[in-house]
Amino acid sequence: MKVLVIVPAYNEEKSLPGVIQDLRESIPLADILVVNDGSKDATSRVARETAVSVLDLPFNLGIGGAVQSGYLYALRNNYDIAVQFDGDGQHVGKEIIKLLHPLEAGAADMVIGSRFLIPSAYNTPVFRSVGIWIFSFVLSRVMGTSVTDSTSGFRAANRSVIEFFARNYPDDYPEVESLVLLHKVKKRMLEVPVTMRGRTGGKSSITPLRSLYYMTKVLIAVLIDLMKKVR
Amino acid sequence: MDLLKILAIVGSGALLFIVVELIRRGRLKEKYSLLWILSGGVLLIFSSSRDVLEYVSRLLGIFYPPSLLFLVAFLFLLLITLHFSVVISGLSEKNKHLAQEMALLRQQMQETIQKATNKLDVNG
Repeated sequence: MKVLVIVPAYNEEKSLPGVIQDLRESIPLADILVVNDGSKDATSRVARETAVSVLDLPFNLGIGGAVQSGYLYALRNNYDIAVQFDGDGQHVGKEIIKLLHPLEAGAADMVIGSRFLIPSAYNTPVFRSVGIWIFSFVLSRVMGTSVTDSTSGFRAANRSVIEFFARNYPDDYPEVESLVLLHKVKKRMLEVPVTMRGRTGGKSSITPLRSLYYMTKVLIAVLIDLMKKVR
Repeated sequence: MDLLKILAIVGSGALLFIVVELIRRGRLKEKYSLLWILSGGVLLIFSSSRDVLEYVSRLLGIFYPPSLLFLVAFLFLLLITLHFSVVISGLSEKNKHLAQEMALLRQQMQETIQKATNKLDVNG
């Protein structure tokens, strides 16, 4: 099984070396692809120095466009599995293996690492956890299966999902919306419990102040996705 | 001829003229000019013939015929802006694809150069 780890990175020069070292040690057989989403800092150079493959987007596309570039790369270079792994250091390399098992066993088409499947000490800001709870509630209703961590960017996809994401990947709120799209084309999704770290560098794109606004927009996007034609 | 009528004819005539002139000079693509020409044409017809204006107004139940001009102009503007939104969405999608293809090509090129250099190093 050829495995690619897609690391989307926007201004992550500080955390990226640690992330790549973590990946190398915990999953040495996988290839690593850093997608530099038009960073203004030395993200691209830092990534190249560690001798991983780097996609340099000519300008900032946002997380959706960046991750989709990774799936396009996975598709064209014939990878069997693509893992999404954030460049900010919040995901843990040795947890990847938990995502790969169900894919290798053919039990799911996409596996999502969830922070909330087992109660843990993981500290989420209050605003955000309320938002996450509402998403989970809505998505669980929509999809008919329980989704506990719809905003998790720690996931692994098999070949069929790689092909689908290379064609269709949402731009605006890709973590949540992609689940709806996959549900529409009847892909099997599975959540597995993982632990995550606090951030080692960079800043979250979601501030408490914007949470409510963000939530409303995501819910509207989900409604629109439900009506969308996908092929 | 009342002033409003003259203004309306001059206005819609000027609109038509400007649109045609822009197409002629290649500053406006035909594809995006259809709605403009249509709106200019319809407005010109309504402003030059009081009979047509009054007939259509009666048909629609509009009490004051000149307000039909505003209604038509407003609806066309609505259509044109909607058309723009559709065009912009298409452009931004294409723009995204271009950026992604460019990044993939650049990566492939650098990889090829790297391999060639390594080979040279090995051979001598």
